[in-house]
Amino acid sequence: METITDILNIQEIRADFPILDQEINGKKLVYFDNAATTQKPTPVINAIAHYYNFDNANIHRGIHTLAERATRDFEASRTAIRDFLGASSTEEIIFTSGTTQGINLVASTYGRKFINAGDEIIISGMEHHSNIVPWQMLCEEKGIVLKVIPVSDEGELDLEAFEKLLSEKVKLVSFNHVSNSLGTINPVKTIVDLAHKFGAKVLVDGAQATSHINIDVQALDVDFYVFSAHKLYGPTGMGVLYGKKDILNAMPPYMGGGEMIKEVTFEKTTYNELPYKFEAGTPNIADVVALKTALEYTDKLGRENIAAHENMLLNYATDQLREIEGLRIIGNAKNKISVLSFVIDGIHHQDIGVLLDNQGIAVRTGHHCTQPLMQRFNILGTSRASFAVYNTTEEIDRLVAGLHKTIKMLK
Amino acid sequence: MIMTINETQDEIIEEFELFDDWADKYEYIIDLGKKLEGMPEEQKTEDNIIKGCQSRVWLNARKENEKLVFEADSEAIIVKGLVHMLIRVLSGHTPQEIYDADLYFIDKIGMSQHLAQTRSNGLASMVKQMKIYALAYQ
Ligand SMILES: Cc1ncc(COP(=O)(O)O)c(C=O)c1O
Repeated sequence: METITDILNIQEIRADFPILDQEINGKKLVYFDNAATTQKPTPVINAIAHYYNFDNANIHRGIHTLAERATRDFEASRTAIRDFLGASSTEEIIFTSGTTQGINLVASTYGRKFINAGDEIIISGMEHHSNIVPWQMLCEEKGIVLKVIPVSDEGELDLEAFEKLLSEKVKLVSFNHVSNSLGTINPVKTIVDLAHKFGAKVLVDGAQATSHINIDVQALDVDFYVFSAHKLYGPTGMGVLYGKKDILNAMPPYMGGGEMIKEVTFEKTTYNELPYKFEAGTPNIADVVALKTALEYTDKLGRENIAAHENMLLNYATDQLREIEGLRIIGNAKNKISVLSFVIDGIHHQDIGVLLDNQGIAVRTGHHCTQPLMQRFNILGTSRASFAVYNTTEEIDRLVAGLHKTIKMLK
Repeated sequence: MIMTINETQDEIIEEFELFDDWADKYEYIIDLGKKLEGMPEEQKTEDNIIKGCQSRVWLNARKENEKLVFEADSEAIIVKGLVHMLIRVLSGHTPQEIYDADLYFIDKIGMSQHLAQTRSNGLASMVKQMKIYALAYQ
């Protein structure tokens, strides 16, 4: 099998991820559940330990040296993320607990204030529940209508149908940059331009995109962009909401509390400036600091190099899995990241998951928090292998052999 | 003479002692799954679904001469094999016996990892549901 030679030294990279070097059920671990969360490299783990060992203090307002240092590192991370996203200002970078909170923040603030009864919100048929339920809750509360962009058999968004859904009534379009179940890369700029023609704002769920694709929020002209650090070699429970400054300024605060205020009296409270207006309470300082380290790590490897390696893995795996009798790949978009979802005739995905786990291979099975998408394909769920920079073709060979054994045992 | 719950458990433990690798064990469970009769479609109702499983598992119980008889089905074959073993151990005993049963065989045959709450095949949920039936029929 001929593959493009890698610029990256994968064995060296693997050494940065201590968790990979272990046995599961007596076999060397093959970790193919990267779309759920990626593993963390030693520099990221060390950054968290370093923060608590040397720099921990509550940020802002502190006069002493530690508070100064913690604040500096915290804000340095904001600057790094501004550059990572191509945002114009650090005021546009809001720290959250993850993608889910970012979407809920926008629904609760922008949504409550600017979207009203009779207005419409458009989402897509391949959304994660976290980009469905907050909008449903808002729609129910305010009498807003929710519309859905259909998904083709290949797993791509039907843009013609999308255009037909658009009208002056549409106030917001929210969809994922990359589908976690199918791997599809959606044409963000095309959708944004169409939506903007009708004056609708656009939120893009970048949870699955940031570790594979270069993001430039200004070039894409998105109004909101959200992602989670943990899918990008960073810590869990931490994420980012990007929003255009004028929109964020017009939005009411999300949570009330410390940090987000300018002045509090019992009669009236004035709110802090961006981005602090949306950051009530003591944030997840250590993990914010460590996200910067994760970005430096992927930058050092080269984001194009990572994408090239993952693409090679995707093609290698796709070719091999297609050879397996009765196996059907769900999600055959022309533009895909390294996510491979599949079903096998007559076999429940849970059985595949259990038997692969016994062979040391970690894949995700189920509906992947996209039940409506599963209904669209008339399936209960899939088995999903998703690849990251540290995965190898040898591991894919293990998966293929594992699947053959699994099928033989179940038939 | 029907066996006691513990006699059946010991019998299963003995059967599993013959297997020395994971694949043999699972092939046996898969085989048990295939052999479980299952339930007619009309009985696979929402009420009978056990929550907490990644696959749908249906469980039903009825009382016959003071004994509880279980029926179960699942879309996933390994789950079906596991539930088949539970039925073999518990079905045909009194609600009190079932309620009091200490299911040590699961650990002894090396399947206790499936009991963890985090395991989405929900063996723990199945056991719990069987005990709830036992309580309800007491
Ligand atoms: C496309 C997509 N959106 C949103 C989420 C939710 O991310 P989090 O759980 O980190 O908030 C995920 C993660 O599973 C995802 O894949």
